[in-house]
Amino acid sequence: MAWFKRVKTGFTGQDKKNLPDGLWIKCQNCTEVLYKKELENNYSVCSNCGFHFRIPWNVYIDIICDPQSFYETEVSIQSVDPLKFKDSERYADRIKKAISTTGMSEAVKTGTGNINGLSVVLAVMDFRFIGGSMGSVVGEKIARAAELALRRRFPLIIVSASGGARMQEAAYSLMQMAKTSARLALLADAKLPFISILTHPTTGGVTASFAMLGDVILAEPNALIGFAGPRVIKQTIGQDLPDGFQRSEFLLEHGFIDAIVTRKELKQNLYHILTFFIDEKIDETQSIAKKLL
Amino acid sequence: MANPQKHVLDFEKPIIEIEKRIAELRQLSINEDLEIHREIERLEAKAQKLRKDIYTKLSRWQRVLLSRHPQRPYTLDFVERMLTDFIELHGDRNFRDDPAVVTGLGKLDGRPIALIGHQKGRDMKEKIRRNFGYPHPEGYRKALRVMKLAEKFNRPIISLVDTPGAYPGIGSEERGQAEAIAKNLFEMSHIQVPIIVVIIGEGGSGGALGIGVGDTIMMMENTWYSVISPEGCASILFHDATKAEIAAEAMKVTPTDLLEMGLVDRIVEEPIGGAHADYDRAAAILKKAISTELVRLLEIPRQKLIGQRIEKFGAMGVWKEN
Repeated sequence: MAWFKRVKTGFTGQDKKNLPDGLWIKCQNCTEVLYKKELENNYSVCSNCGFHFRIPWNVYIDIICDPQSFYETEVSIQSVDPLKFKDSERYADRIKKAISTTGMSEAVKTGTGNINGLSVVLAVMDFRFIGGSMGSVVGEKIARAAELALRRRFPLIIVSASGGARMQEAAYSLMQMAKTSARLALLADAKLPFISILTHPTTGGVTASFAMLGDVILAEPNALIGFAGPRVIKQTIGQDLPDGFQRSEFLLEHGFIDAIVTRKELKQNLYHILTFFIDEKIDETQSIAKKLL
Repeated sequence: MANPQKHVLDFEKPIIEIEKRIAELRQLSINEDLEIHREIERLEAKAQKLRKDIYTKLSRWQRVLLSRHPQRPYTLDFVERMLTDFIELHGDRNFRDDPAVVTGLGKLDGRPIALIGHQKGRDMKEKIRRNFGYPHPEGYRKALRVMKLAEKFNRPIISLVDTPGAYPGIGSEERGQAEAIAKNLFEMSHIQVPIIVVIIGEGGSGGALGIGVGDTIMMMENTWYSVISPEGCASILFHDATKAEIAAEAMKVTPTDLLEMGLVDRIVEEPIGGAHADYDRAAAILKKAISTELVRLLEIPRQKLIGQRIEKFGAMGVWKEN
């Protein structure tokens, strides 16, 4: 097996130079070279080893929601630079750059959508936007998504991908952890379901707030999920970390997530979970709410 | 003075010099020499002025240093001076007792309250036992257990925050550091009794916020509170941990900053020379601030109180909308 693989890697490695850019992608995990189109048709999951490639927010919407059912909310809210923060770069410039490279206004998109006809409020984070970090706007949009779910009596689904709280907004970012958690407490008091989906990576202040507060917590395979980043832990304890540490499978083993779900099964799983939580009465209020939309 | 000054920060040195000189002169002045007596008075006035000058113009980084002063009073030092009949409660009923967090029942002006707080160690042995004030998940779970107890018996909660951060280790990740903190934020936002939070030293990130949600948030004068320690910020954003001083400036971590940002409600004054210069006085000022606030909070109907608490955190942050 090893011999076979080696030949293949050598062959494709040579081949790669002559390939037109963007048609083929090498799997970051098993180094298998994959046809891009085929990879996309397979939810950006490696057909050889099952590695989940990082995907932008809109692909999650496509995977989770019924076609054309997503309606974006909170489109006009934008980050400012309250502390006039500057490290190697001005924070204000970082925001501008992130907006132009991602086409997003911030690291999370929120809105309503349907899952096999069931209405939900959805928030999807995108790691490309300053590492999916949570500043005031991400916190506020998550909080408003929870509020919308409460008002409409829809379930809430959040797909997380984040390095944690955004340092450039310092204490403002920290408080978003409390803000989002407090709003989720209201949702819980109203007995509305919240399903948290953790993708690679979900760490820091996002994990230590809304991401870990789901009534059901699902994770993509092999996603890095934790409080502290592995580098910080390694530095602190001065020793190497065990294999698979802080990965989805590790969290499942230690009892901190409910299930690991592949992208292919995600929508169907969400639907089944939601039908468990939603009874006819809520269905009714949903249809009334829909009419009011 | 509650304790002899052993550790001296650079900017404290001029004051310490004068104090030393005064002490020396005092030894000489046993025979009531008028000249020496005048000199002592002169030096005392000078020391007082110097203290005022230095302590009213502290840089952000100097406040960070004071918040970590090895002689700074910790949670149990305040407990000893503010509460009566204090009984410490141990353990999270799941895994173990985390000595980096103390919890207990006590009385403030005769009124029963629940106390939770981070706890650092004084000597090396105790520092290690208390993990330098870095809690594990069981510390947060113990705090929550005692807060739930307070809620059950309708007793207000006082939370004293003083941690460099939640511990980043293998065990703490295995036992769900993130979940423990998240759960506390969630629960504290709607616990049905008043919660008063005071940053008494270091307000290190999620580790601090994990017992930091409440109705009134106060910061003592020489403390810091932010999303990451100045060193952590420096090492990640400036790629150099020694630039912590710059990071502290950039993140604006002092009580005055947080008050301006609308993230804390008030600053609790410290004795001139810092809380470590006079534990009794520091505790007396803090006790008065907490008592006053407690009386006010207890008069607010509970439902309104909880609504205000959620709104308070809901309003935090800065953004623009077209």
